[in-house]
Amino acid sequence: MKHTLTPERWLLLVAVMLTASVGDTLLSHGMAQVGPVSLAHLGLLFFAMKNPWVITGILCLLGFFASYLTALSWADLTFVLPSTAFGYVVVALLSKFWLHEQISIYRWLGILFIVCGVGFVANGPSRTEHADHPGVELDRLV
Amino acid sequence: MTYVGTAETWATIIAVAGTAVAGDVLTAGAMRSIGDLDEIRAVSGMTGAIKAVVSSPIFLLGVLSMAASFFTLLFTLSNVDLSLAAPASASLTFMGNAIAAKIFLKENVDRRRWLAALFVCAGVALLAH
Repeated sequence: MKHTLTPERWLLLVAVMLTASVGDTLLSHGMAQVGPVSLAHLGLLFFAMKNPWVITGILCLLGFFASYLTALSWADLTFVLPSTAFGYVVVALLSKFWLHEQISIYRWLGILFIVCGVGFVANGPSRTEHADHPGVELDRLV
Repeated sequence: MTYVGTAETWATIIAVAGTAVAGDVLTAGAMRSIGDLDEIRAVSGMTGAIKAVVSSPIFLLGVLSMAASFFTLLFTLSNVDLSLAAPASASLTFMGNAIAAKIFLKENVDRRRWLAALFVCAGVALLAH
C-alpha cells in the first residue's frame, strides 16, 4: 500500500476540492436566476445552459472532473471523496470571513465533523493494492 | 422555495444520490483499470491519456450516470431548497459510495474509512442547519 503522496498529488486533491465547491456554488447561483424547472418544462434545463453563471459553473466542474479522474487513477474512491467534502468547509469559511455571514453552532459542528472525517482518511493509505487485475469486478458487468 | 411534496422531494434526492454513486463507482473502476494517468501522460502525452480514458466503455457508462445525476440535481435544485437538496444528496452519496466501493471495487474500507464516511455524512447534514 502507498502511504505517502507527493506534494503535486496533494495539490491535485486541493484542486479537486476547490473546483467542486466553487462550481457547485456558481451552478446554484445560476439556477436561482433561471427559476423553477418542472417535469412539464424540462426544456428549460437547456435554456439554463445559456446562463453565464451556469456556464462558468460547468467550466469549473470540467476542471474538477479532470483532476478528480487523475486522482482516481492513483488513489481509492473512498480516499478521494472525503477531500471533495472538505470543499464545504472552504465555502463555509469563505462565507464567514469574506462575505461576513453568520455561521450557526450547527455549522461549526458540521465543519468539525468533516475535518475529522478527512483527517481519518488522510492519515491512512491512499490505495488498496489488488493482486489480481484491478477493476475486474466491473469488467464482468459490462 | 419547496414546490413539491415530501415523497417527490426525497425521490429526486435519492435519484441524485443513486446515479451519483453509480457514476463514481464506474469511473473509479475504469480509472483503476486504465492505470496511473501521470505515468500514461509521461509516456504518450496528454492526447494519449485522454484517448486511454475516453476509449473505456466502463468510463463512458460512468459518465452517462454522472450526466443523469447532474440533470437530476438541476431539476431537484429548481424545486427543492438548496440547503436540503445539496447536503442530503451529498450525505447519501458518501454512504452509498463507501458501501459500493467495498462491494464492487473491493476497496479496503477499514474502520478508519467507515468512520470518515460517517463523520463526513453527519458533518454535511449539520451544515444544512
